[in-house]
Parts: sequence; structure tokens; C-alpha cells
Amino acid sequence: MTIPLILLGLTAIFALLLGIGARSGHAMGLEEWTVGNRGFGAALVFLLLAGEIYTTFTFLGASGFAYGLGAPAYYILAYATLAYVIGYFLLPPVWTYAKRHHLVSQPDFLAHKYDSPALGIVVSLVDIIALIPYLVLQLTGLGIIVGAAGYGGISNTVAVLIGAGVVTVYVIVSGVRGSAWTAVAKDIMILAVVLFLGTYLPIHLYGGIGPMFTDIAKAKPGFLIFPDKGQSVWWFASTVLLTALGFFMWPHSLASCYTARNAGVFRKNAIVLPIYQLILLFVYFVGFAAVLKVPGLKGAASNLALFKLVVATMPPWAVGIVGAAGVLTALVPGSMITMTAATLMARNLYGAYNKRASNDQIVLLAKCLVPVVMAIAVFLTLTGNATIVTLLLVGYSFVTQMFPSLVASLFPRSGATRQGAMSGIVVGVVIAAWLTFSHASIGSLMPFLPQAIKDLNVGIIALIANVAVLAVVSALTRRSTVAAAESTERHGT
Amino acid sequence: MKPFQWLAVVPFIGLLIGPMVHNRLHPFILGMPFPLGWITVWIVLTAFIMAIIYKLDPANHVVPGGGDAP
Repeated sequence: MTIPLILLGLTAIFALLLGIGARSGHAMGLEEWTVGNRGFGAALVFLLLAGEIYTTFTFLGASGFAYGLGAPAYYILAYATLAYVIGYFLLPPVWTYAKRHHLVSQPDFLAHKYDSPALGIVVSLVDIIALIPYLVLQLTGLGIIVGAAGYGGISNTVAVLIGAGVVTVYVIVSGVRGSAWTAVAKDIMILAVVLFLGTYLPIHLYGGIGPMFTDIAKAKPGFLIFPDKGQSVWWFASTVLLTALGFFMWPHSLASCYTARNAGVFRKNAIVLPIYQLILLFVYFVGFAAVLKVPGLKGAASNLALFKLVVATMPPWAVGIVGAAGVLTALVPGSMITMTAATLMARNLYGAYNKRASNDQIVLLAKCLVPVVMAIAVFLTLTGNATIVTLLLVGYSFVTQMFPSLVASLFPRSGATRQGAMSGIVVGVVIAAWLTFSHASIGSLMPFLPQAIKDLNVGIIALIANVAVLAVVSALTRRSTVAAAESTERHGT
Repeated sequence: MKPFQWLAVVPFIGLLIGPMVHNRLHPFILGMPFPLGWITVWIVLTAFIMAIIYKLDPANHVVPGGGDAP
């Protein structure tokens, strides 16, 4: 056993014990297991929401993105900030409504608002299709991290199986409390690791942040600014906007908002979270530091940039600590996603089929589904299915399609009907899937347009179509459903 | 929208439009290339703007533990 492997093993045991211990004193009914009985204060909600930022995607992906593509990576820093601004206004009314009606999932919210169980089923299916690849990504990242930090001493398969086992156990035992408490450990570690690496490596290797960027600009002109076309400034602006809108539409993000003790938590967090996610800047610094020091990583291998540089410059025990932090960035979001996917299947799919199922039956079924969800994800991770990568791209545009209907439902006078919401979401999802799988861009679809419009993120098309269909179908069906709408209004206030 | 809530539009303008107006390497901001430095500065400004909105928002002066008015 080498030092890094011992550290990684200790991290897995620590996460397991912390996750299981989080249960103490709480009987795990449906609302307790899924949303912690809505009793979390600002600090825990903060960490759950911040947990969405520091996933393996940001740890490996942001550094790898900066390393491989340069300036376009800046978008990851910008979108969460705008998402928190949106959250300031969006989340308090959502939370208030969800508390009043004991809602525990995102499809719950739309189904209840539009008084349409069918809508809940459709939204759940779309959510599950988006969530599974996201879970696969976390497990794949876990395998990469353990492989790199353990110097190949433990196989990818074993690492993924151990990680999946740990998450499965503590999710079943403690639900969202397990995620929250492991998130505390994760954020302390990741903060320390990222701040240290992001300042030490540029200073040690280049003599400072400024000299580092000067050297990179000299070696690779244009790398640090947006290109003229393709991932241009227009791509940046449209992508930041789209991802900011979709941010809280991830069902596990919205569910973590339900854990708040009161609606003020979100408004308070909107001040602090932008600053907190500036830590990502230091992840970029590591990625950029790797550009000239460990050159030549291409494609998927660029995700290894951070670890290659750390292994090349730091002693083994430090590599072990970085790996341990990386493992936690996979486990915490992995646990949120697993729990959410199991909840959607039990509550919004089975629950819609068997309306007389009690909450105790639902939560029991959800716990039984946790290992099933995890097994599917492990299988897809280890078989390395290529479609997963495409599905992941499509995942974000899928969940973003919930945004128009969800926002419209918050305004009683928007006139959005359940037919409008359903058609808008279905059309948006179908177009998003088609655009992604055909690798279309606005430029390839409409080559006559000016370059700026061609560079816009193609997801914009799906969202515009969604809004248009929502508006038109709602206008057409409004008259016929006035009675139904009034009944919704009665239940809904 | 109450008037002070329009302040929330400012971060969108700063973050989205800024890089379009000046997509150049120089001047460096805090040792970073201009677009990255610009985004960083605007993230800090966004936190300030949200703090101002928080101060002005009457919803933050209700009793804790309760929800918002429906």
C-alpha cells in the first residue's frame, strides 16, 4: 500500500461513516429522506448548492477545458453567478409552494402547479434521461482520479465499484442528510486543495499569475481570448445565459432547495455564492499552468491535465490529498443524483400509477431503487458507452426546457395551461435531442445568417420553440380549461 | 418588478456584454487576461449588487421561519 492509496481508502471510509452518521436521530420518512424535512439552515443549503459547482466536472473538466481550449472555459465561471441572481427571485416562491403542498421533487412541482399527473410523468422521464449520464460522468471522473492519484495501484473498475458502494449505502441510510454532511467535508478539502494548487503552481512554475499568462500568450497567441468564430463571444454570451437558466432546473438542484428552513435562505445565499464560486478561478489557474508544463494531452486526456501536473510537481502524499478531495467531488453530487433519480421513479412514476401508495411505501421503494440506479450507472461507466457523452451534452438542454413552464406557473395571470406546458416541454426536448444527435449548429442549419448569430448556442433554438409552443397552445386551450384552471387556483393558493 | 429589482439586470449586462465589447488580451486585470479579469471583477460586483437588493427587499424583513406571501 502506498501513501496515496491509503489516503484514498481513508477518504472512502470517512465519507461512508460521515454519511451514515448523518442519520442520527432522524426517522427517515419521505420528506425527511428526500428534503431533510425542510429544516436546513443557510449554511447547509449553501453547501448543497455549492456542491453542484464543485463536481468532478469542474474539478477535472474546468481545468481540462482551460488546458485544452483556453478562453471558452471562462463560461463555467460566469454562468453560476447569473444562476444565483435568478435564484434570488425564482427559488423563494418555488420553496413556499413546495412546502405548503409537501412536494419533494421537481416533477411534483410542475404536476401540482398544472394539476396534471401526466405532466409529472413526462417531466420525470426527461429528468431521468438527463440524470443518469450525469451520474455516469461522476463515476467516470472518480475512476480517472483514483487511477491518477493512486499511481495506477488500484484498477478503474475497483475504484468505481467501491465509490458506487459507498454512495449507495449512505444514500439509503441517510438520504439528503448524508449528502449534506459529506458536502461539508468535501468543501473544506476542495477549498484547501484548490486554493493551494492555484496559487502555488503558477508561482512555483512561472513566478506568478501574471507571468504565467504572459508566457502562455507568447507561446499560444489568441489562446486566452475568445476566437473570432465558433466559440466566440456570441457563443459565450448565449451559453452562459442558457446554462444559467437551466441551473436550478436540474431536479437534484431544485430538490436541494426544498431542504431550506425558510425562503430567506436563498436570498442570503445569492450574495455569498458568487464569491464562493470564484474559487473556480484557481482551478483554471491549474489548468493554464499545465498548458506549457505538461503539453500534448488531447481530447478526453485533457481532463487529466490537473492530475498530470500535480503528479509531475508534488510529492506522493500531496497527490493523495488532491485525489481524496477529487473523490469527494464525485461522491457528493453522485449521492444527490442517485437519490433524486430513485425518488423520481418511486414517487412520480410508480406513485402516478398507484395513487393509493402511502408515503412510507414510496420511500421504501425509492430506497430499493437506489442500488438499481447505481447499478445501471456503474454498468454504463464500465462499458464506456459512447452515446453517454452525447446524452450528457443533451442533459443540460433537456432540463433547461422546464424553465419556461416553471416560471409561467409562478404567475397566475401568465395564462399557461397544462396542454401548453406539456407541448412546450415535449417540443423543446425533441428539438434539443435532434440538434445534439445530429451535431447541428445554427451555422449548419442557416448558413446565410451573420456569423454572430451562427455562433449562438444551438440550445437557444429549442428554448425559443418551447416558449412559442407554450404560448400558442396555451392561448388555444385556455378557453376550454378555464374551469380546470379555476380548480387549480383553488388548490393552488 | 419593483424598481430596485431592476438592479438584478446589471450583472447580466456586465457579464454577457463585457467580453463582446473588448475581447483583447490587454490590459491585464489582476494579472489575468482582460476577458477573464473582467468576468472576475463582475462576479465580485454581482455579490455587491445582490447585497444591495437584499437590503432593499422588504421580503427580508419578515419573521424568519415563515414563507413568502403567496
